[in-house]
Amino acid sequence: MSEQKQGDAAETGRACPIDPDRRDFLSRTAFWVTTGTLTFAAIGVARMPKPGVMPGRSADLKLGPPGNFPVSPDPVRIGARNLFILHDENGFAAISAVCTHLGCIVAATGDGFACPCHGSRFGPDGRVTQGPAGSPLPWFRMSLAPDGQIVVHTDKMVPTGTRFQLG
Amino acid sequence: MNPQQQDIPSVGADLEQETTGVPQPDGREEETLTGGLRRLWPNFRQATFRSGRARTGRGRALKVFANLFLHIHSTRTHLYSLRFWTTAGLGIAAAASFVVAAVTGVLLMIYYTPSTALAYQSIKDIHYTVPTGRFIRNLHRWSAHIMVIAALLHAVRVFFTGAYRRPREFNWLIGLALLAVTLGLSFTGYLLPWDQLAYWAATIGSNIAGSPRELTDALGVTQHFDPGGFLRHLLLGADYVGQPALTRFYLLHVMVLPLALVGLMGIHFWRIRKDGGLARPSDAQLRAEGLLPHPGRANPTATVFEPGPKKTYGLMALVRGRTPPVGKGPENTAPSWPRALRAEMAVAMTVLAICMLLSLLADAPLKEIANPQIPENPAKAPWYFLGVQELVSYSAFMGGLLLPGLVVLGLALIPFLDRKTEPAGRWFVPRPHGRRVFVRSLIVGTLLVVGIEALAIRLGWIRGWGRGTAMEPWLANPPQLLIIFVNPATVLAALYAAWSLWIYRRTRSTRLAAIALFTCILAGFVVLTWIGTVNRGPNWHFYWSPGDWPAH
Repeated sequence: MSEQKQGDAAETGRACPIDPDRRDFLSRTAFWVTTGTLTFAAIGVARMPKPGVMPGRSADLKLGPPGNFPVSPDPVRIGARNLFILHDENGFAAISAVCTHLGCIVAATGDGFACPCHGSRFGPDGRVTQGPAGSPLPWFRMSLAPDGQIVVHTDKMVPTGTRFQLG
Repeated sequence: MNPQQQDIPSVGADLEQETTGVPQPDGREEETLTGGLRRLWPNFRQATFRSGRARTGRGRALKVFANLFLHIHSTRTHLYSLRFWTTAGLGIAAAASFVVAAVTGVLLMIYYTPSTALAYQSIKDIHYTVPTGRFIRNLHRWSAHIMVIAALLHAVRVFFTGAYRRPREFNWLIGLALLAVTLGLSFTGYLLPWDQLAYWAATIGSNIAGSPRELTDALGVTQHFDPGGFLRHLLLGADYVGQPALTRFYLLHVMVLPLALVGLMGIHFWRIRKDGGLARPSDAQLRAEGLLPHPGRANPTATVFEPGPKKTYGLMALVRGRTPPVGKGPENTAPSWPRALRAEMAVAMTVLAICMLLSLLADAPLKEIANPQIPENPAKAPWYFLGVQELVSYSAFMGGLLLPGLVVLGLALIPFLDRKTEPAGRWFVPRPHGRRVFVRSLIVGTLLVVGIEALAIRLGWIRGWGRGTAMEPWLANPPQLLIIFVNPATVLAALYAAWSLWIYRRTRSTRLAAIALFTCILAGFVVLTWIGTVNRGPNWHFYWSPGDWPAH
């Protein structure tokens, strides 16, 4: 309590039971403690809906021995996952069949890929030839498992045109 | 009876009294078991409704404010607010269709199972074996459609009558939130049947939520900053549309969004009263234009109320704001019970009749069970999103997220830029300029959207423009950033904004500029929705009518 304030109280003859400054400080503290607690609680609650681990199947897909895929200029559609396996003279490649625009499944047209949803077109190597897709179809890493099967790693992208010599 | 009690008028004083007992000479009622049993029903009715038939103005007022459900009304309603074309009943229609959807929704929940393995079969059960299941599901579907239409038209009505103006700007924001929740309810409901339509609409919708990646990819910063991926994961709970997505959509559809809607509706209705009822011009102006019934049977309160000369105090000092009409008589009003309630029930019954008729005529669709390997072709969202889907077919991020976001932001800003309060409550205020700007903007807006769509459909967009010219190699593979920022959606938005600014430069009126922009957006929405619904066929190719689609 400041001397000036004490003087005021003495002059008016009324004693102030609680210092206004102190009351102000306490109510402000209470307000900010409440706000802070509720904010932290809200952040904690909001944290939950965002999954920490993405559910889903393994990103690695086994497709049997390389002999299943004879050399051909046409890509083979893998039904279990939305991808194409291409095996020509240059080697193996795995190209995604999921349109990079809004996630529809593209179909092979002979001279590339076409999306049925919004008309995106891709060349034989997955490059965009007609919008609205903004990026090319991704190519995935491939490897040969110890048991002699082809493995496509659908979580590992490789540059367009990368070929794998398997078997 | 205690003499003091006689002086205090009870709540039911102006209402027809029920006889509640055997009157005795001293005013008391004899308490007998048989008498109590005999009057069980009248006494129960008295306890529940506290009143009989309202015969006086005061009795009608008591009917309204002594009832929890009715007291969102003021006791008297202005005659102008009761005219059909003041509101066209659209807000009530939206609320009534929500009630239909809520009741039928709870009934559907009895049989529906939110699991990817069982959802489709349970809808089939509801459709084919559950008693009245097909009709109830149809009612749910149609009431949802009608709710969207009514909410959209209600927003259009409020805008063109200038009813968003001060002091109603906060309620305009609540209204926009209600519209967003309504669309969210429809969209989350779309996934639940787990058929092909549902699966691919949800895939496209969640990828639109993830479309900021289009921009971050083009800038090469997705690894560090990925709002698109965050939104998508939050919505789907996974990288794909599967059980986690179905669980989340179900939770949003039956719990989170309906609760949000009911809460916002409560605020919306309460604000109408706090803001002084529906927006309307002054009585003097209404009388000058002949919009009020003449004094007489149709308008017994037409005479202007003279405040009593003996009262020298006012309540004004105690109660600020526009709520209590202190010092003002009930000129040109009618008792809300029964006039306003009768009008509202008429709208609600009409909505119910339309829902039932449509449910008898047309079944809600159910396609084949969801197949993640074969997209529905064409894969279309619900009709009210097809305008957005048409824009999305040029750029997912711009057409699906940024421009709709800007439109919502612009709508929210309107009452804060147009700060006048008068005139409000009449169509196309200020007259006659408002109507003129509306008609011109409707023509300009329609021509612009049709022109740009025709150009994009006929010639394609950027890729393909330079065929046979020196520019071909560059135009065939333009930078993605160019397509994101220059596509039919952004060009259309820029032209609409330019038209609105030109109107502002000529008239110096934010209201007229807002009418220009709103009308253009409305024209664009209608035309794009039409193109997306009718003219887009397999592979999103253009067809004049769905009859021209090639057979599969």
